Amino acid sequence: MRHLLDFQGWTKAQVENTLDTARVMAEVLERPVKKVPALQGFTVATVFFEPSTRTRISFELAARRMSADVVSFAAQASSLQKGESYKDTLLTLEAMGIDAYIIRADSAGVPHQATRWVKGVVVNGGDGRRAHPTQALLDAYTLLEALGTLEGRKIAIVGDILHSRVARSNVELLPLLGAEVWVAGPPTLLPQSLPGARLTPHLDEALAEADAVMVLRLQKERMEAGLIHLQDYIAHYQVTEARLKKAKPGAFLLHPGPMNRDIELEGTLADSERSLVNRQVRNGVAVRMAVLYHLLVGREG
Amino acid sequence: MRFKAELLNAEEMRRALYRIAHEIVEANKGVEGLALVGIHTRGIPLAERIARYIREFEGKEVPVGMLDITLYRDDLSEIGIRPQVRQTRIPFDITGKALVLVDDVLYTGRTARAALDALMDLGRPRRIYLAVLVDRGHRELPIRADFVGKNVPTAKNEVVKVKVEEVDGEDRVELWEREEA
Amino acid sequence: MLLIKNVTLVDASGKRGPADVLIGEGKILSLDGGEAETVIDGTGLFLAPGFLDLHAHLREPGQEVKEELATGLLAAVRGGYTDVVSMPNTTPPVDTPEAVRALKKKAHALSLARLHPAAALTQGQEGKALTEAGLLKEAGASLLTDDGHTNEDAGILAAGLLQASAFGLPVAVHAEDASLRRGGVMNDGPLADLLGLPGNPKEAEAARIARDLEVLRYAVRRSPTRPHLHIQHLSTKRGLELIREAKKAGLPVTAEATPHHLTLTEEALKSFDPILKVAPPLRTQEDLEALIEGLLDGTLDAIATDHAPHTQAEKEMDLLRAPFGIPSLEVAFPLLYTELHLKRGFPLKRLVELFTDGPRSILGLKPIHLEEGAEASLVLLDPKERPVEPRNFASKARFSPWAGWVLGGWPVLTLVEGQVVHQALE
Repeated sequence: MRHLLDFQGWTKAQVENTLDTARVMAEVLERPVKKVPALQGFTVATVFFEPSTRTRISFELAARRMSADVVSFAAQASSLQKGESYKDTLLTLEAMGIDAYIIRADSAGVPHQATRWVKGVVVNGGDGRRAHPTQALLDAYTLLEALGTLEGRKIAIVGDILHSRVARSNVELLPLLGAEVWVAGPPTLLPQSLPGARLTPHLDEALAEADAVMVLRLQKERMEAGLIHLQDYIAHYQVTEARLKKAKPGAFLLHPGPMNRDIELEGTLADSERSLVNRQVRNGVAVRMAVLYHLLVGREG
Repeated sequence: MRFKAELLNAEEMRRALYRIAHEIVEANKGVEGLALVGIHTRGIPLAERIARYIREFEGKEVPVGMLDITLYRDDLSEIGIRPQVRQTRIPFDITGKALVLVDDVLYTGRTARAALDALMDLGRPRRIYLAVLVDRGHRELPIRADFVGKNVPTAKNEVVKVKVEEVDGEDRVELWEREEA
Repeated sequence: MLLIKNVTLVDASGKRGPADVLIGEGKILSLDGGEAETVIDGTGLFLAPGFLDLHAHLREPGQEVKEELATGLLAAVRGGYTDVVSMPNTTPPVDTPEAVRALKKKAHALSLARLHPAAALTQGQEGKALTEAGLLKEAGASLLTDDGHTNEDAGILAAGLLQASAFGLPVAVHAEDASLRRGGVMNDGPLADLLGLPGNPKEAEAARIARDLEVLRYAVRRSPTRPHLHIQHLSTKRGLELIREAKKAGLPVTAEATPHHLTLTEEALKSFDPILKVAPPLRTQEDLEALIEGLLDGTLDAIATDHAPHTQAEKEMDLLRAPFGIPSLEVAFPLLYTELHLKRGFPLKRLVELFTDGPRSILGLKPIHLEEGAEASLVLLDPKERPVEPRNFASKARFSPWAGWVLGGWPVLTLVEGQVVHQALE
């Protein structure tokens, strides 16, 4: 692969190869000197048209841990409309000799569009509702760490599926590793279909015998748009200790962050032994190092 | 590629490694603070064998680690094929140790240079030795081996292939010649 | 005097010839040749009545950065159009007789295609208060529409239909329920779900057509004269079925379809190219097939471009922010000649009718039969194939979803009342 836009066309072997590299990177992060010279001479730009401190820091740290030079560009798409376009912005960076662009935008397709304009490598840092491939890779990595294998494991994704790029990318990725993926949420926040996932408006059905549960953040905008009622959501979709009794004993919990405690997730659960949230964040850097290494260094051998 | 000659057979390989094992213990004046680090891929079984020989004649365990130098290569921005990165696993603290880096072939010295950098990032060893089964010359960096199984003068278009039982199913060192295009 | 020798004639009544068409005094003088200063060899070419586009956004006044009359009308004649209805969603909207007259005057001076400005149905296209239908008609308005916007207030639409009926003006509607389409940027369904783009459901069109047909029923009942509702850029099978039933029931409704809805589907959005963002959105193959069926059985009366130029920069925004619209004046006929007639065997005479008499009848204009005495607003078409090259467009919008498509049926000569307005003969 030349860019990382989503997982369309990916094979199981490609995923496993990337995760294998990520495991090496995780070991690098345990060393006294958490840095390797692998990407010396490369320049990576984070180009965020939608603010996201966490994701940006994770990518920048990943690039720096590999000794790449990092520049970061942040602009609101709303200000882009008036002046410079996406294309102008990217071509300006291209002229500065950027090798890889980490692009985040609030509209689906911007990283895809970018591949038509720049010669460098494009990594999707999250585009609208469409995809967040490095998040899904770090989720898969974390799940494998916890479960050993995803073959035949049931993973439930709960919450606002319709607007979630995290859900879409996980639904593309996890089945490649053999997982059975269920998505659950209120009907107004479910898509009509998502190839690779079973859809249900009933949380219990998704949680039943699940090995792990991924809880998504509920955006305030959905309430403002009148699509759901908060109390109704909490009553029927909040993941709680009691509801988790339906899942396998000790089922793990994931959340892409940032969390609304006591809205999508019972507050105490986030700090329980089930929670893999901190491991997700830590693994994020290793996975992004692997992705940068795979995209920037040579062709697939 | 065309086969040219056998440089070492299994028995010669064993003897060379056995000798290296002795030389290491001698140079270090015993096994105190000694540790071996094999460089992926074939340096690892060679390091393990040396450790075994030391155990046989000294009756003491020498720890062995494995080192992948891919992320320290100096040609990553130029190469065509991406090398697979592999685990580095050094299950002991290298600080204060006398480390012996073990590799199959010493050629340009670039792998040894990368390995030295990688080791420095892992801690501060008391000293680092370099042990290789074959030194084929053509150094591009000021690096030399402390322990050498066999010195083989080669031409640049020749390739030294080290085969080890654990990886290749046999012990043998061969000299091959690259056909000119 | 101009003589086009040995040319095949094609109009709504069919294909005839070859004939030697002598043109002078703005008319066809003879089909049997005669003396002329200029003689064109029409061997292998088709001569058809000039096309009429019911739906073009020429952007003047106020949005000249996207298009202006001079470029839009040049694009029109290069596409074989001799008559163009311009949409009133300009800045400010065309909602006064003065604005209509100003446009007509400026277009006339250009001596390209003839302009038939549409005027706003409501003041400022705000959907609140009606414009002056009678005075607009007298100023030269061809129809009334708030296109560019949807008509959310059914009562105002009903009043507009009644008012316009007194002056014989059609009322054209962009039939989409805005509250149901919300922020949709492509067809709602599994593909939109997969691509993570907000969907605009086909039901938003059907629901609005159903409502508008009831509004029309009401207007018909209340009006002593006959109101005329025209549904723009139909995109769905269900919408088509509603119109088919309404026509069967005798309701005075007409409808158009666009080149893009007839040749592209939502699948094209997989490229995430905002050029393909259009309202109503590109639909499914099933809808496309239904529209072609509708062209054949008369449910659809016209092919109209909905030529909607934007700047390159605007179309290089993301799919949420890029404006809706596809420019197509220069490719509409070759596109449908190739994709419908050549590839699917769609009858040529019906295709020509959908570009000529079909839209003409909606504006109350007489059909054109290619015969002695007919008005010499004509287009000469060359079946020779060549690729679409947006960089050579006369339109300011030099991009196209059909870039690189190899098409035949290109207009090589366009005449308005006997005057050459476009010439690309080899």
